[in-house]
Amino acid sequence: MAEKKQFQKGKMVPVPSVSIIPERDLGKTPILECSHLGINFGGLTAVNEFNITVGRTEIAGLIGPNGAGKTTVFNLLTKVYQPTRGTILLDGLDTHGKTPAQINRMGIARTFQNIRLFNSLSVEDNVKIGLHNQEKYSMFSGILRLPKYWRQEKAAHERALELLSIFDMQDLADHQAGSLPYGAQRRLEIVRALATNPSLLLLDEPAAGMNPSETAELMESIVKIRDTFQIAIMLIEHDMSLVMGICEGICVLNFGQIIAKGTAEEIQSNPTVIEAYLGKQQ
Amino acid sequence: MEFLSYLISGISLGSVYAIIALGYTMVYGIAKMLNFAHGDVIMVGGYISFCATSYLELPAWLSLLLAMAVCTALGVVIEGLAYKPLRQATSLAVLITAIGVSYFLQNAALLIWGASPKGFAPIIPATNAQEEPNALQLFGGQVSISYISLLTMGACIVIMLALTFFTGQTKLGKAMRACSEDKGAAQLMGINVNRTISVTFAIGSALAAMAGVLLCSFTTSLMPTTGSMPGIKAFTAAVFGGIGSIPGAFLGGILLGIIESLAKAYISTQLANAILFAVLIIVLLVRPSGLLGKYVPEKV
Repeated sequence: MAEKKQFQKGKMVPVPSVSIIPERDLGKTPILECSHLGINFGGLTAVNEFNITVGRTEIAGLIGPNGAGKTTVFNLLTKVYQPTRGTILLDGLDTHGKTPAQINRMGIARTFQNIRLFNSLSVEDNVKIGLHNQEKYSMFSGILRLPKYWRQEKAAHERALELLSIFDMQDLADHQAGSLPYGAQRRLEIVRALATNPSLLLLDEPAAGMNPSETAELMESIVKIRDTFQIAIMLIEHDMSLVMGICEGICVLNFGQIIAKGTAEEIQSNPTVIEAYLGKQQ
Repeated sequence: MEFLSYLISGISLGSVYAIIALGYTMVYGIAKMLNFAHGDVIMVGGYISFCATSYLELPAWLSLLLAMAVCTALGVVIEGLAYKPLRQATSLAVLITAIGVSYFLQNAALLIWGASPKGFAPIIPATNAQEEPNALQLFGGQVSISYISLLTMGACIVIMLALTFFTGQTKLGKAMRACSEDKGAAQLMGINVNRTISVTFAIGSALAAMAGVLLCSFTTSLMPTTGSMPGIKAFTAAVFGGIGSIPGAFLGGILLGIIESLAKAYISTQLANAILFAVLIIVLLVRPSGLLGKYVPEKV
């Protein structure tokens, strides 16, 4: 009841969560702080009391059985859904009332569970759309092809190729995005998200449909991206080898509630988690 | 020679259709809606230009610019007031709203300017001060192309090329194509979808105003319903060429103009429109997505 009153007054104190922030990020403003985050769809509480803190260069994992509300959390963070309650602080700034486009400019970029590339555009143009916000030229210098246009388009072209080279995809730049093989489409989505210059990258099932060797490559790339760009990465994944292999902090969601938080070892031995995945032991 | 002059008048009429169709196709391609009020924006453009030349006595080129500026603003306002609140609604609701806007504009024009036709002075007069025709004479005067026709054809080609370049090569153009494919994903890439759609409407309406002034220069008269028939024909042209495709709208417009002109000349003036739409039906039976449209098979 006391908590409910706090919501009405609009004052919310971040709940001290079990800190799973890696040591190197301690003492800096966390990139993401969610407190009391929740959303209802009609009478259904899809996510409730979601409290999480992500460090500036952390790789965090969000796992849980199907339908636990993992993608809903991503949709809340990117404001595809407006939260029913709770706050999201991005780099210490409140994101209340922002649109998805503004959220992206504030520094959250994401990929999608079911790939949503701009299929009829070329690979390079997909990346350039991500670079869009950093290009500053007016419609008129664009139409009249003023020097500013050429300079910025050249810079964008080079930057796009540089980003594509993370996954050795620079040779595919002129291909149509929709014609790429499945794995390459997933990688392109990550590149496109990176192009928006995020400080927090959300990956929704990046390894879905990949074979074990592709997954292993992807794991290396994710760590490499974190190291090169010095950003935080939060991922939803069902492939436990990936989650347990690279995530420093893991958060387990079941029926919209966090049931456990901790490191890989802690999660693996947590009885509540085992129960959620495998059912109660008889 | 007779055939050649019919062909030329068809191409110049077709260029007007093409300019209107380009506006239709841009808005359909990006906002995925049929803006049936587009034809009436043409009419408003015509009236603005008419008022500017006859009441304010502005030169023709300035009246054209003024008409384009006013219609750009009008397009953005229509989009903001009538279509933006319906972004999440079904496409049928938006379609009916567009028909409503169309009637609103026609009746507003009826109130302001009255029902009687106004005489419209062409932006390039048919004859110059020495009473010589303002036209290019070919084959020793057997075929003449008026300067206004040349201007229309030139403007149409320039606009088509500029739009192709704009949507393909500039950041705003790419944002438009991104919105056209997946508004949700575009938004999450930091693209302001509402602003992008507004800009699309602004471009479409500016083109409509230009088409309005050129159209009235051919017909030399102006009524509140002036825009409806060319609007429908240009829509037909856009579908004919493949709606959503810029070169398609251009090609569709020109072909439609030629068919209309030749049908009027050789078959029957009364049947010209019937022939026009019959051709459309045949083309769509053979190529359901239009001449240059992409046929996307539904995945099962």
